[in-house]
Amino acid sequence: MIITVDNQATYIYTATQKIQNDKPTILFIHGAANDHSVWNTQCRYFSTHGWNALAIDLPAHGQTDGSALDSISALSDWIQKCTEILEIEKLSIVGHSMGSLIGLELASKSNTIVSRLALVGTNAPMPVSEHLLETSKNKAEIAYQMINQYSFSSRAKLGKNDIPGISMLGVSIKLMQRTKPGVLHADFVACNSYVNGITAAEKIACPTLLLLGSQDKMTPAPRAKVMGEVIPNSTVKVLSGTGHALMAEQPNQVTDCLKDFLIGN
Amino acid sequence: MSDYRDYKLETLGLHAGQEPDSDHGSRAQPIHFTTSYVFPDADTAASLFNMERGGHVYSRISNPTNAVLEERISAMEGGVGGIATASGQAAMHLAITTLMGQGGHIVASQALYGGSHNLLQYTMPRFGIETTFVNFRDLDSVEAAIKPETRLIFSETLGNPGLDVLNIPAVSKLAHKHSLPLMVDSTFTTPYLIEPFTHGADLIFHSATKFLGGHGVAIGGILIDSGNFNWSQSDKFPTLSEPYKGFHNMVFTEESPVAAFLLRARREGLRDFGACMSPMNAFQIMQGVETLGPRMQRHIENTRSVVDFLNDHESVSQVIYPELADHPDQKLAAQILPKGCGAVFTFELKNGRQAGQKFIEKLKIFSHLANVGDAKSLVIHPASTTHFRMSDEDLLAAGIHPGTVRLSIGLENIDDLLGDLKQALKSR
Repeated sequence: MIITVDNQATYIYTATQKIQNDKPTILFIHGAANDHSVWNTQCRYFSTHGWNALAIDLPAHGQTDGSALDSISALSDWIQKCTEILEIEKLSIVGHSMGSLIGLELASKSNTIVSRLALVGTNAPMPVSEHLLETSKNKAEIAYQMINQYSFSSRAKLGKNDIPGISMLGVSIKLMQRTKPGVLHADFVACNSYVNGITAAEKIACPTLLLLGSQDKMTPAPRAKVMGEVIPNSTVKVLSGTGHALMAEQPNQVTDCLKDFLIGN
Repeated sequence: MSDYRDYKLETLGLHAGQEPDSDHGSRAQPIHFTTSYVFPDADTAASLFNMERGGHVYSRISNPTNAVLEERISAMEGGVGGIATASGQAAMHLAITTLMGQGGHIVASQALYGGSHNLLQYTMPRFGIETTFVNFRDLDSVEAAIKPETRLIFSETLGNPGLDVLNIPAVSKLAHKHSLPLMVDSTFTTPYLIEPFTHGADLIFHSATKFLGGHGVAIGGILIDSGNFNWSQSDKFPTLSEPYKGFHNMVFTEESPVAAFLLRARREGLRDFGACMSPMNAFQIMQGVETLGPRMQRHIENTRSVVDFLNDHESVSQVIYPELADHPDQKLAAQILPKGCGAVFTFELKNGRQAGQKFIEKLKIFSHLANVGDAKSLVIHPASTTHFRMSDEDLLAAGIHPGTVRLSIGLENIDDLLGDLKQALKSR
């Protein structure tokens, strides 16, 4: 579906379902230089299990128009605006990487809106190395390749996808290569400059899941666990042998973990 | 190839898409000879059918052994994924029917494998899909052939059998100017000799029966998507960019902007047309893929020696190989095919058709049969076999003369191959 936010067309994937007021809502937020499609199996699952499942394209990402926003605060304000336009009063948020920071910030500012929060491949702060930041600015193609290199576990680099016939690394790099010029850099600036993470984490009132990959080089699990200790009502789950691209590497396990967290057994 | 890509082609050919079997630790890829897969519970069953979970339902649509081959070739080509099919022809048919229906139009090279020519010239028109054949060396004629209803530009990377080298950068640029994808048949080149996606192609298919397998024991094809083409930039591809009633109104470009083509091809084409690969064939083809790099190196070394030998022989009027100075694509070949121009080529014997047939009958090591890309050296007379349905006019347009002999150079010791050719030429 398309909604208008700040006079810009904004795309939200709903797995072809219509939003129904009597269903709980889950909002999936993608990471840097990605779009809604990184969540398609999870979104499809929740859409047939009693939820309004929405996966949004952030400004200038995927099919959403506009310019990229280069701060987590601005992105969380933008997400809040979307929920207001959609007249959603309560929702669960699942965010990956940069998307997890957006969810964290929104949940800390608007405790009454977010009922549950799942932070996937997360860390706060989320520093981006100076080299990668600079490369994202001047040589985006090289930066995409560096990200692909860092985002997958050693196992996944040779493939064996749960989704038959689909290359995890292939889809990942081609999705990034579709990103508009300047967007990756803006995303990295947003992640790198977000210094409010631990303060925000302390304010989170809702149940929170930190879903991490044991081989994540972008947001290493040991550091993210520290963040988990700060969030009052949090659970940490680490997927063994998995890198930063958790939804690509372990689509079924990610869905199962979210199902356990959001629906229960 | 990027410095940031972890593994090179030879390594991917051995490992991509596979890890040791989790049940028994089998190092070789097991053959999953099963039609179907037990669902652990009703919810998982429904989720698998609705693409909410990864996994397998029925082997016509996907199979674990086939999936390894699909990921492996995709990794070697630098694509977003692949679909293994019953044959190369099935891969070509799957691509066409995924992109268009009745009223669709294709612009194709006139220098095609006879089977591909048949499909486009005689069979697809029965289903309302027409093809205009043009000389792809003449870009103006390619562009002139494009109509509003054109949906695909198609050629072989090395035209069969005249070895027309496809100028992929130029043709893909032209195709993209008209919001059209370029599909190439890279059977003769394999991922070892060229990476068509890096030059601008959007889709690749192979007859995996040939060099990918290399052993001549299994028929198969594979279709690979680059993930580069934007299917929703125009209204030309409603099969991908509009709701599909056959799968819960899924809009494939929304489901996956980069893998939309493969989703539709698998969810419709494999499901409904059913030209899937047998897992036994996938296994056999994978045995060949494991050694593709070293084999292609040897194929090329032997081919270059045979080309030089024939080119200097008094009984031979012409050798057609793009590395030779008199080939019209010699300069282009040097640019985009630096590792070699394949191991299949043609030559002309003085004294035409009769001389050609006699020469073939005298050969002892070369096998006279209708295949190429085998570990064993092969020979055939195209005008009376692979291309026999074509008119003389079409034959000439495809670079085939009555006396043309086609060789597929194998992996035998080069001294034995040259000796065999020498005695066959001598005894004419």
